[in-house]
Amino acid sequence: MIRKSGLAAAGLGAVFCVATVAAPAAAETPKRGGILTYMIPADAPPSFDGHRETTFATVHAAAPFYSVLIRVNPNNPSSTTDFVCDLCTEMPTPTDDGKTYTFKIRQGVKFHDGTPLTAYDVAASWRKIISPPEGVSSARQSYYAIVDKLETPDPATVVFRLKFATGAFLPALADPFTWIYKKAILDKDPHWYEKNIMGSGPFKLAGYEVGQSIKGVRNPDYYHPGQPYLDGFTGIFAPKQAVRVDAIRADRAAGEFRGLPPSARDQLQQELGDKVVMQSSDWNCGNVITPNHKKKPFDDVRVRRALTLAIDQWHGAPALAKIANVKTVGGIVFPGSPLAATKEELQTLAGYWPDIEKSRAEARRLLKEAGVEGLAFDLLNRNIDQPYKFVATWLIDEWSKVGLRVTQRVVPTGPWYESMRSGNFDVVVEASCNSVVNPLLDVQKYLPHTVFTENYGNYEDQQLIDVYQKMLRETDGAKQRALMRDFEKRVLDTEAHEMVMTYWNRIIPLRSYVKGWKIGPSHYLNQDLANVWLDK
Amino acid sequence: MVDLAPPYVPTAAAAAESPRSLRAGIIGFCRRQPLGTVGLVVVMVMAAAGLSAEWIAPYSPTSNNFAAMTEAPSWAHLMGTDQFGRDLFSRIIFGARTALIVGFSCAIIGGLAGLVLGVASAYFGGRLDLLLQRVFDVVMAFPLIIMALAVVAVFGSGVYNVIVAITIPLIPRCARVVRSSALAIREVPYIDAARACGFGHTRIILRHMVPNVLAPFLIMLTAFVGQAILAEASLSYLGLGVQEPTAAWGLMLQGGAEEYASTAPWIAVFPGAAIALTVFGFSLFGDALRDVLDPRLRDR
Amino acid sequence: MHRYIVNRVLLLIPTLVGAAAVVFVLMRLIPGDICVLRLGSGGMSVNPRAIALCHAELGLDRPLIVQFLDFVWGFFRLDFGISMWSGKPVAEEIAARLPISLEIAVMATVIAILIAIPLGTISALKQNSWIDHVVRTVAIAGIATPSFWLGIVSLLAVLSISHAIFGAPWMPPIDYVPFWQDPLHNLSVAILPALTVGYRYSAVTMRMTRSAMLEVLREDYIRTARAKGLVERLIVNRHALKNALLPVVTLIGIEFAFLIGGLVVTEQVFNINGVGRLLVLAIQNQDYTLTQALVMLTVAIFVLANLVVDLLYAWLDPRIRFA
Repeated sequence: MIRKSGLAAAGLGAVFCVATVAAPAAAETPKRGGILTYMIPADAPPSFDGHRETTFATVHAAAPFYSVLIRVNPNNPSSTTDFVCDLCTEMPTPTDDGKTYTFKIRQGVKFHDGTPLTAYDVAASWRKIISPPEGVSSARQSYYAIVDKLETPDPATVVFRLKFATGAFLPALADPFTWIYKKAILDKDPHWYEKNIMGSGPFKLAGYEVGQSIKGVRNPDYYHPGQPYLDGFTGIFAPKQAVRVDAIRADRAAGEFRGLPPSARDQLQQELGDKVVMQSSDWNCGNVITPNHKKKPFDDVRVRRALTLAIDQWHGAPALAKIANVKTVGGIVFPGSPLAATKEELQTLAGYWPDIEKSRAEARRLLKEAGVEGLAFDLLNRNIDQPYKFVATWLIDEWSKVGLRVTQRVVPTGPWYESMRSGNFDVVVEASCNSVVNPLLDVQKYLPHTVFTENYGNYEDQQLIDVYQKMLRETDGAKQRALMRDFEKRVLDTEAHEMVMTYWNRIIPLRSYVKGWKIGPSHYLNQDLANVWLDK
Repeated sequence: MVDLAPPYVPTAAAAAESPRSLRAGIIGFCRRQPLGTVGLVVVMVMAAAGLSAEWIAPYSPTSNNFAAMTEAPSWAHLMGTDQFGRDLFSRIIFGARTALIVGFSCAIIGGLAGLVLGVASAYFGGRLDLLLQRVFDVVMAFPLIIMALAVVAVFGSGVYNVIVAITIPLIPRCARVVRSSALAIREVPYIDAARACGFGHTRIILRHMVPNVLAPFLIMLTAFVGQAILAEASLSYLGLGVQEPTAAWGLMLQGGAEEYASTAPWIAVFPGAAIALTVFGFSLFGDALRDVLDPRLRDR
Repeated sequence: MHRYIVNRVLLLIPTLVGAAAVVFVLMRLIPGDICVLRLGSGGMSVNPRAIALCHAELGLDRPLIVQFLDFVWGFFRLDFGISMWSGKPVAEEIAARLPISLEIAVMATVIAILIAIPLGTISALKQNSWIDHVVRTVAIAGIATPSFWLGIVSLLAVLSISHAIFGAPWMPPIDYVPFWQDPLHNLSVAILPALTVGYRYSAVTMRMTRSAMLEVLREDYIRTARAKGLVERLIVNRHALKNALLPVVTLIGIEFAFLIGGLVVTEQVFNINGVGRLLVLAIQNQDYTLTQALVMLTVAIFVLANLVVDLLYAWLDPRIRFA
């Protein structure tokens, strides 16, 4: 069941693979040595505890120091179904009707202080994530609500028992924030890892200067043979985009791992030619436009449908793709996933009709029928250029074509959250960013507030919840996909609860001497740098 | 920021000149202060552009045109287009309007408030003076960004809130300078005489003190306009100023401009030059004004 | 005189308390919650229990007046508290970033003094000549140009020129090392921001020097010195400059305090890990303790600088001393 759908999904995954590499990488022998200098597009992370934080700054700074249980394949990170072991010995087949996963832990793994890593450490870390003790916060606790019990029958085995079988568990387990900490330290002080680093990963901490840089050196006892190839790395915090682009130009740093906009790509390619290699991929992040259902007239489904019908996604995307880091038109599921809608399926949904004139005429008709022709409202947006403000500027122009007069209200991140949570907005530009592509969990975002607390649309929809619960437990691949189409249609078309804007597009420029790193659909993935080497 | 002009005691000659010699005065000004004239001309050109924006701008400043993104300057687009395909020349012209609205509003409101507070502080002295001085100290020491962020976050962004955010730090600066000028006049005999005649405070302040601090006040106003425009640019650069898709010079320098600084430099160069030129004009004019109105700096 | 000093020093206290109240209220007026910001980046699900926990941890659930008193009392004890965002002591966060900001500020001041005073003096001595016009134009250009624009353009210029001359673009390093570790690296990080900030600083100083010199040159004692037949250079150096420098020095002192605030924008442009950038970060993160500490520090420096300058003025200028 799971296995069959897994294989079918893997096949579809290969077909839907959307990563592109500008220069084809031949299979070369990695060279050992060298220090990789890269930039982290953020100010200092609030803490180093991956279980607690949700910002990519923590991952980019500290992932090289830690191991995880399973992960996205670092040699094939663009696949949404290829998961491999890091600390385990082989990917398990779920038993007991798909409810039990048994992992055998590798022998001979050592923490950086020399002590051995056992299943007890793995279990302690996972217990901290799934059910943290009093006073400790775990940001991803809700993902693992399906875990019923976690057992360690012996020092080399960890057993996860789920409440029901679901395809959403394995991708959730591969989350890049689920670092394995030392049980002895956690027992003494569960907050220790917030300010300190001690893991079992490919690099050891060599220095950290607040807000400035973080340095690591090779871990000679690393358990993947031959790795890491690098002698060490330096991560420099550089929140300003222009500085990052200039730094790559002048070889002050080899690149960054979040994503630069198309203008940077064009500029670097123009100036550096073949000294820089561009990798790009669809990004498991997108902007979502959410009308506040509690504010008139957005409680009227006709008005919401008019909003989505006015937008020309198919022509807007290529134009926006030239200036903003967006690219692919998609529905609620990441375009590279087997569960995503095909172009034909999308074009049946409101907001994706191929004939924009027909779509806009319908929008105007609906607005007239609802009695709000020429409606004026505020679009709440976050104070970030790429791509929030670009998308909003484009949207306002699109909406003006059906007579809607929209003004942008841009606020910094803090007040943006606050306005959303307090329902103090008309329509808001949100973002939805996930790490591992896990559509079954990722679409939780569209469930009403009662089920998913971070939904700010203020709507109720029991039917939607029912479809979702059925889909989560469905083990047959084809039936699951059909249920997903139902779910999507209801969210985007029938009820027009939210509108999904063009998916973001990741562009990673790296100086050509950096080899081994492959791009994936998320900037949280594949950051432990173990398979990176320098061709110098 | 503003020069700390040393306080001076104005002579009667600094008072208004008779209309007959106004034209002669202007021509004399142009001859003696060539730089000031240049500044005045620049200011008038900007004002004219801002006022007549609808008629002279070739395109709409806010409609996107994805067919013409980041085009270099050409006959079709005199200053090129930005990343949304909007004509830069039109945006600069409409931006002149925004800049002058922000500049003049901040300068006039801030200046007037500073004038009243400064003169009152000097005239009444004592505890009021002490209290106001401390308040001024606090407000002046505050980084502009905090004030601006608070105003923007609480009241939202937009032209009016930007004006409020910029005006607040200007008031104590004006008040300080006005106060030091007014202090010098407070002990002058005719003020005492007026008091002896039994004239009320308001009348003495408005009739006698204010006219005599007008000279440094006017010079400050011209400096304020320039500073307000620069402050708006800084705030927009940090994302706290006027918002898209409004055309404002500071906003045009933010975001896209820096991104495209290498591949499409006209997006950043023209708004920056417009800001610099306008502030330049106001400063030149203000300097010339000071040279004219301050009798001690005139040539012997 | 003594009473004046004591009065001014005592007046510092209500000023600082007033500033503390203003920043306290302003920060809490901004809608937003640091706990939500920290736990919810990326739109993921945030546990309300986790938020409540976070509030308790940071002391945000105490009544406002208790928080305020805690803050003010801590400030006077020089205990600035713990940063709400990172959990590290505020003093540590600031100390890590102060050296580079201070270095840039000092370098900018030195540049300003070295350029501005000679140029301002020459401009005053040759009033209304072409040198005067050129210097005045350059000075006003320095005040009129937005400093961040200048920064962007200068960085671009360095890259383009080095590309044209050496074939490969060169850019100052983006990471900071202390001066004693690698002086060349350190200076190349600081020089461009110092020049950018210093240009404006020197422009203001130039104008002030010019107007102060002009004023002094009209004084009677200068006329007397000339009548005595003293060489012009001696007149300038021995009599005029010393008296003219008084207002200039006070201006430099006050502008230095403004520099700290002015660094905010410059540090963004050049990716300097300094105090200005820390302030922006603290405000964006709604990190009350850090913002409050930084603002109070800025206010304190400004007010102290004002006080020192006023006292210096009073002491050096006999006319005021005996007024």
